[in-house]
Amino acid sequence: MDFNEPMLLLSFWIGQISDLGLDLLWRFIHIIVSLCHTVFGIFEAIQSYAISLGLIRKYSSIDIDKLRCLAVVVDIEVARDVSKIVELLQWLTTIGVKQVGLFDSQGLLKKSKDMILEMVPGSMLLQETGEKETSPDRNGIAIEFISSSDNKEAVVKAANILLEKYLKSSHLENDEGENVFTESHLNEALRVVGENVHVPDLMLVYGPVRSHLGFPAWRLRYTEIVHMGSLEYMRYGSLLKAIHKFTGVRQNYGKGLMMIVQAQMVIESRASEITFCLFGL
Amino acid sequence: MGGGGVSQLLEQIHMLSRRCLFRVLSMGPLPIHLAFIMDGNRRFAKKRGLEDGSGHKAGFSALMTMLQYCYELGVKYVTIYAFSIDNFRRKPEEVQSLMDLMLVKIKSLLDKESIVHQYGIRVYFIGNLGLLNKQVRAAAEEVMKATAENSRVVLLVCVAYNSTDEILQAVKRSCADKDVERERERVRLVDIEENMQMSVAPEPDILIRSSGETRLSNFLLWQTGHCQLFSPDALWPEIGLRHLVWAILNFQRSHSYLEKKKKKKQL
Repeated sequence: MDFNEPMLLLSFWIGQISDLGLDLLWRFIHIIVSLCHTVFGIFEAIQSYAISLGLIRKYSSIDIDKLRCLAVVVDIEVARDVSKIVELLQWLTTIGVKQVGLFDSQGLLKKSKDMILEMVPGSMLLQETGEKETSPDRNGIAIEFISSSDNKEAVVKAANILLEKYLKSSHLENDEGENVFTESHLNEALRVVGENVHVPDLMLVYGPVRSHLGFPAWRLRYTEIVHMGSLEYMRYGSLLKAIHKFTGVRQNYGKGLMMIVQAQMVIESRASEITFCLFGL
Repeated sequence: MGGGGVSQLLEQIHMLSRRCLFRVLSMGPLPIHLAFIMDGNRRFAKKRGLEDGSGHKAGFSALMTMLQYCYELGVKYVTIYAFSIDNFRRKPEEVQSLMDLMLVKIKSLLDKESIVHQYGIRVYFIGNLGLLNKQVRAAAEEVMKATAENSRVVLLVCVAYNSTDEILQAVKRSCADKDVERERERVRLVDIEENMQMSVAPEPDILIRSSGETRLSNFLLWQTGHCQLFSPDALWPEIGLRHLVWAILNFQRSHSYLEKKKKKKQL
């Protein structure tokens, strides 16, 4: 018994020390990872500055016709600072993007939509333009306001429309009830509840994490999701590069471009080089 | 024989160092559910000048290796995108050879020495199984039944699957339930969630798509709202430990951020 107690104590302390050692090693590995990200970020920044100064020729021309839709996801804290969103929209208008979807999980941007539309020259609500193809005469940017209620809740509403159709056709005692559940029927039901069902081609995610963050699932099928880094280090040049890369790549499915911009809580402003990411959940 | 001994020793060293690395990684949060899009098998075969089916066979080996790593790490759920509904549009010969390979591999899971019994893996086949031929469907059902008692790891194999079809089928099942009950009942979100085939697992923590492609290709769109997406450039047969470790390290960096977002959403 006398022998066991010190042994137990010893093994306890060995365990504690080895856990401490492992923990320190874990933290050290993460310091290395952070350094890698920092170095990569510096290279990105240099390249971005070069692109925005026009030093890298291949990025000066973009076939913008391949891009029709853009989405911006806004963080709840950042959503209160509408000026950043406005600046982003102005940048996008300059690039020539015709359609933008602003995604804010809490719906704060939907509440500020009038202010945003007023502050961005040439902008209009997407609903006003309907679902028509881009007209060459329209110079401004069409903005769509999206929130998480347009994701799963919208599918629930559409499901209830299909339920009504299904119950009606079952009562007619024929086989039509089964045909109500097709992709095109669900698409149509989503349109009836006021949802845009266009599938974006490209999604640019700005923020700490590469994730679509609850963007309407029904629309994400073949969307290219590109992570742009965090909001603090967003640059116009990086934005141009990402769009250029997309337009240069063969598309499997092409309907529009979505850029989801996810903003960090800390906002760093620079006079002419802010590439924006507004992210909201 | 000497060569065999050396390679065995090297394998033991590799396994030991891997376990040490995993022990270090476990000091931080680890993912509970990993999802893989196994893209790039055909490109791999072309790149190496191999015949058409070899890419998929190499892909299967890479999958077994990944499953072993996941098991060693203590990952509870692994989902793989084995065959999309859209893949039926490929050349009939290719679809047939994929179905044949799948049948062989699914049947091999029934062997006593197979990985599923060794690691206590419960297998689910997720997708519109009615689109598969009878033999593959029967084999899949047999494997699901045979592994129903396993509980150490859950492997979800998405075959004849796509997310829009999954959502549609969940809506259909939710509506069909309502038909039996009173007419005024409405479909609720919880009905659709319960009827999603992937409801047997929690939402994935990391989704890894190999070959550098950045789209989800209609995979787990409903479930990846708070999932970290990772697209290493390596083709699927080339995927290795370093890619998995890098994905986990990045997951650990962003874990608290995503957890915060998940909690906000629940409120």
